[in-house]
Amino acid sequence: MKKALKSPSTLGRVLKYAKKYPFSLIGSLFFAFAGVGFGLLVPVFIGDGIDRIVDSGVMWEELWRYLILVLVCAVGSAVCNHLSGLCNNRLSNNMVRDLRRDAFDKIGKMPLAYLHAHPHGETVSRIIADADQLSDGLLLGFTQFFTGVTTIVGTLVFMLITNWIIGLVVVLITPLSLLIARFVSTHTYRFFQSQASIRGEQTALTEETISGLKTVKAFSQEDEMQAKFEEVNGRLEKATMKATFYSSLTNPSTRLINNIVYALVALLGGLFVVTGNFTVGGLTKFLSYSGQYAKPFNEISGVVAELKGALACATRLFELIDEEEEPCDEDCTALTDVQGVVALENVDFSYDKETPLIENLSLRVAQGQRVAIVGRTGSGKTTLINLLMRFYDVDGGRVTMDGKDIRTVTRKSLREGYGMVLQETWLKKGTVKENIRLGKPTATDEEIVAAAKAAHAHGFIKRLADGYDTTLGEDGGSLSEGQKQLLCIARIMLTYPPVLLLDEATSSIDTRTELKISDAFARLMKGKTSFIVAHRLSTIKHADMILVMDKGRVVESGTHESLLEKGGAYHQLYYGRI
Amino acid sequence: MKTLFKYFKPYRWQSVLGPLFKLLEATFELMVPLIVARLVDVGLGAYVDGGYPNADISYIVWMCVILVGMGIGGFAFAVVAQYFAARTATGVAAYLRKDMFKKIQSLSYRDLDEIGTSTLVNRMTGDVDKFQSGVNLFLRLFLRSPFIVFGAIITALIVDPQSFPVFGITVLVLAVVVFAVMGICMPLYQKSQLALDEVTLSTRENLSGAKVLRAFNREGEERALFNARNDRLTKERKFVGGIALLTSPLTYVIVNLGIVALLYTGAIRVEGGALTQGGVIALYNLMSQILIELIKLANLIVTVAKAAASGKRVAAVLEKTPTEIVKDGADGPITLQEKKEGFIRFEGVSLRYNDSGEKALDDITFSLDRGETMGIIGGTGSGKSSLVNLIPHFYDVCEGQVLVDGVDVCERGMQLPLRERVGVVPQKATLFKGSIRDNLLWGKADATDEQLYEALRIAQADEIVREKGGLDAPVEQGGRNFSGGQRQRLTIARALARQPEILILDDSFSALDYLTDAALRKELSRLNTTTIIVSQRTSSVQNADKILVLDDGKVVGLGTHEQLLKDCEVYREIYLSQTTEASA
Repeated sequence: MKKALKSPSTLGRVLKYAKKYPFSLIGSLFFAFAGVGFGLLVPVFIGDGIDRIVDSGVMWEELWRYLILVLVCAVGSAVCNHLSGLCNNRLSNNMVRDLRRDAFDKIGKMPLAYLHAHPHGETVSRIIADADQLSDGLLLGFTQFFTGVTTIVGTLVFMLITNWIIGLVVVLITPLSLLIARFVSTHTYRFFQSQASIRGEQTALTEETISGLKTVKAFSQEDEMQAKFEEVNGRLEKATMKATFYSSLTNPSTRLINNIVYALVALLGGLFVVTGNFTVGGLTKFLSYSGQYAKPFNEISGVVAELKGALACATRLFELIDEEEEPCDEDCTALTDVQGVVALENVDFSYDKETPLIENLSLRVAQGQRVAIVGRTGSGKTTLINLLMRFYDVDGGRVTMDGKDIRTVTRKSLREGYGMVLQETWLKKGTVKENIRLGKPTATDEEIVAAAKAAHAHGFIKRLADGYDTTLGEDGGSLSEGQKQLLCIARIMLTYPPVLLLDEATSSIDTRTELKISDAFARLMKGKTSFIVAHRLSTIKHADMILVMDKGRVVESGTHESLLEKGGAYHQLYYGRI
Repeated sequence: MKTLFKYFKPYRWQSVLGPLFKLLEATFELMVPLIVARLVDVGLGAYVDGGYPNADISYIVWMCVILVGMGIGGFAFAVVAQYFAARTATGVAAYLRKDMFKKIQSLSYRDLDEIGTSTLVNRMTGDVDKFQSGVNLFLRLFLRSPFIVFGAIITALIVDPQSFPVFGITVLVLAVVVFAVMGICMPLYQKSQLALDEVTLSTRENLSGAKVLRAFNREGEERALFNARNDRLTKERKFVGGIALLTSPLTYVIVNLGIVALLYTGAIRVEGGALTQGGVIALYNLMSQILIELIKLANLIVTVAKAAASGKRVAAVLEKTPTEIVKDGADGPITLQEKKEGFIRFEGVSLRYNDSGEKALDDITFSLDRGETMGIIGGTGSGKSSLVNLIPHFYDVCEGQVLVDGVDVCERGMQLPLRERVGVVPQKATLFKGSIRDNLLWGKADATDEQLYEALRIAQADEIVREKGGLDAPVEQGGRNFSGGQRQRLTIARALARQPEILILDDSFSALDYLTDAALRKELSRLNTTTIIVSQRTSSVQNADKILVLDDGKVVGLGTHEQLLKDCEVYREIYLSQTTEASA
C-alpha cells in the first residue's frame, strides 16, 4: 500500500507541515519581501544624500529629507525583518514539534517487531538529533533563502536601472562564487563522509565502554580501551581536519571573487564619473549594492549545504513516520467482563519467516486454571505470552479470549484483561510511588503501600533515602535486579486482572521472598486464570496444568504428579537440576 | 572554563597564528574604503562645472589593480588562517575526547551509579563536537569582527578625527546590545537543552518499555507526557530564538542611526572645508563595514552560546574527581604477604551508597584462607553483591577495613595488583564487540589457545564456541548475538582465563539451567582457587568451606552448611523454601 501511493518528495512533505501555519508562512514571506525592499532603499537615499554634500556646498534641505528617509527605511526594514524572523522562528519550531510528535506517536503504534529489530539509540537519534538539525536548517533556510532571493532580485533591478553596463558586469561575475562553492562542496563531500563514519565508530566504542565500564574496570582493561579509543580518535582528528579545512575554503574563495567585482565596479564607476555619465553618489550606491548582491550568493551556498543536511534528517524522520503500524482496531468491539477462557487454535508463528518457531499449536485453558509453562531457553515460552497479549499477531490459526478471536477485539480491552510481569524489568525515571502507580493511575497512597507490602517490597522501599518518594534514575538506578522485580510485582498487586501472566517474574528474587510472594499471588489469583513461565520448578508444581515446551511445540502436558509418573521430558528437567 | 584552556596549550601557536592571519586579511579589507576614497579624491580630482577635468585615469586604474592585489593577498592569508583554526579546533577536540575518556574510565563505581551512562556518552560525543565547531568559528570570525570594528574606528580617526564621537557611541551601544542578547540567551539556551533532555528521556523510555506500557495500556498517558514536554521545549526554543533574532535588526537600526549622524556631522565639516566628499564616502563605507561584521557576529551568537554551554558540560566531566579513597600506606611498593591464613579479611566493614541512605552493609567481619571456598547467601537486597564488590575495591567502605593478602585494598598502588589477581563474574553479563577470543583475552592478554579452551571447558562454554565457529567468531556490541545463558558462561570463562587467585561469582548461574549449573560447579570445585560464590540457591553454596548468611546488610550466620542448618534460622528458612520444592 505504501508503494501504491505516489511518494511525494521530502521537501514537499516538509512543506506540508508548514501548511498548518499559513499565517506564519505568509507573514514570513511578506515581511521578508518588505524588509528587503526597505533595505534596498537605504543605500539609495544615502547615496542621494552624499550627492548633496559636495565640496562646493551642502544642500541642507534636500539632505535632511534624505536622512529622514534613510531612518524611516532602516527602521521599516528592521521591523519587517524581525517580524519575518519571528514568523520563521515560530514556523520552524512548530513544524519540528509536529514532526517529533508524529514520530513519537509512531512508537506507540508500531509492531513490537520493529522495536526489537532496530537499536533504540538509532530511533532516539532520529527523534532528537535529526529533528534538531532539521529545525536549525529550516530556520536558516526560511530566513536566508527568502531574503537572499529577494535581495538578489531587488539589487539586480536597482543596479541595472542605475547603470546597466556596470550592473551587467556585477551580475555576470558574482555568480562565479556559486560555482566555486559547488566545486568545493562536491570535493569535500567524501571527507565529510569518512568523518561521519569514523565518528559513528567512535560513538559506538564510547557507548560500549561506558555502559560496560564496571566490567572494564574489573578486568583492568582501562589502558587497552584507552589505546583502542586513541587509535580511532587519531583517525577522527585527521578526517575532521580535512573536512573542516577544505570546506572552509569556500568563504575566502567567494570573498576573493567579491573583491574582484568590487575593484571592477570602482574602476568602471570611476571612468564613468570622469566621462560625466555617473555621479560619485551613484558610485557609492553601486559599491554598496555589489556587496549586498554578493552576500546572498555567499550565504546561499552555506544555506544549501545546511538545507541538504536538514532534508537528509527529514528523510530519516519520515522513514520512521512511514513505518507500518499495527492494524487499526478502532472498528473492533471492546472486550468486557473478561472471564479468562483462553484458547489457541492451530497457531503458527515465527519472528522471521525463515526459522519457523511455533507450528500448529493448540491449547485450551478453562476459566480459573493455573497453567505453568516450562522448557529450555528458546523453546517458545515467552513467544506464547507475546501472542496471548497480542504483542505479535499469529501467522496462522487464531488465539481466542472468552471464545472471541483476539483480533476482533480492541487491544486495549484485551490487555486490560491481563496483568503481566516480565523477567526484564522496566522502570521509568520517577519516584517509587509513580512507578508502582503505573498499574492503576487512580491508586491512593494506602493502596500503593498495601501493594508494596504484598510484593514484599515495602521493606527495602522504606530504607531508601526518601521512602516511596525516592526518585529512581533511568532504569531503576542503583536498585538490584531483584528489587526491580519486586517493584514490578507491586504494580500488578494494585490491579485485579482477570488473567495473570508471569514470565520469569521472580527469577532474580531469592526463594524465601519468592515463597511469600507466591502466597500473595495465590490470593490475588484465586479463581482466576493464570499463566506462569518459570525455570524454578517450585513456582509451578501446584499448577493445574503444566505445559512442557520444546522447539515451539507442547511436548507434554498434565499435572506435576502425572508428568513425573510419565517419566518424559518433565521428569528429566525436574530431576536434572538436582 | 579554566579547565579547558589547558587543552589549547599544545596548539598555542596555531591558535595565535590563526587569528593573526585572519587579522592581516581583515586589515586589507579595512584599507579598501581608504583606497576608494583616494580614487574619488585624487583620481577624479576637483569637481569643476559639473565635471572632473583633472581626472587621472591611470591613477584610477592603479588603485583598482591594488584593490585586486589586496583581494588576492587577503585570500592567501585567509587560507592560512582557516588552516590554523581548523588545526586548533580539531586538535583540541581530539585531546579533550582522549582526556575525557581517560577521566571517565577512572571514575569509581559509585560515580558511575550517580552520573549515569547516557549523559556521559552525550558529553563525549555531541558536546565535544559542538565545542569543536565553536572553537573553529571563534578563531575564524569572533576575533575578526571586533578587530574590524576597532580597525574601522581607527581608520575613521585617520580620515576624520572629529568623527570619533559618532563611531564611539555607535559601537558602544552595539556592544551593549550584542552582549545583552548573548547574556540573556545563554542561560535560556541551557534551559532549553534541559527540556530537550526530558524529550529524549520520554523517547528512550517508550522504546525500552514498549511492552510494559502496552500491557498497562499507558500509551495515551505517555503520549500526553511527551506532548507536554515537547510543547515546553518548543515554547522555550521559540522564546530564546525570538530574543536571539533581535540582534540583527537592532544592530541594523543602530548602525543606520550612526550613518545619519555621520552624514549630518560630515556635511557640516564639508561645508567648513574640513572634510572632502570622498572622506564622507570613506566614513560611510567604514560604518557599513561595521554593520556587515556585526550582523555576521549576531548570526554567530547562537552557535557560540551553544558551544559555550557544551564546553561547560565537557569541563564538568574533566573537573570531576573520582570519589575513591586512596590511603597512603608504608613507603615503597606494596608488599604482599603471600598469606595462607586470612587471605581475605573483612574487619568491621560498613558500606553506604549515599550519605543519607541506610547502611547497605553493617559491621561485617570474616576471614577466608587461601584456597577456601565461601558461599554468600541472603535475600534480595540483603547486600550480597555489595559485599563482594568491596574485595576488588569497586566501592569504598565507610567504616572498617578490607584486607587482601594482608594489605588494605584502599592503599595506594594496590588497585592494579589487586584487580589482576581477582577474577570477577558480575551479575550482568557484559561482552564487548570483537571476537570471542578478544573477549577472553581480557582476562589474560597473553593466554594461549589451550588456556582459553581450558577456561571455556570449565565454564561449560566450549560448545558455544564450537557452535559459533571457533574463537574468532564475532561478538556484536554488548554481546547481542548471544543468549543470556551463553553470555553468562562466556563471562565466567573470561574470568577463569586469567587463572585468578580469587574468583568471585556474583549470582553468575542465574541464567543457566540446572544441568549446566551442576556441571559447572563440579568443575569449579576442582580448582585450587579462593572462590566466593554469591547465590540465592543453597544448592550452589552448600559444599562451600563456609557460608556467610546476610540479612538486611548484617551477618546473621557464618559457618558450614550443617552448622548453619542447626544454628541459623534465616539459612534454615532459605534451605527449606528450596528443598520443599524438591521433595514435594
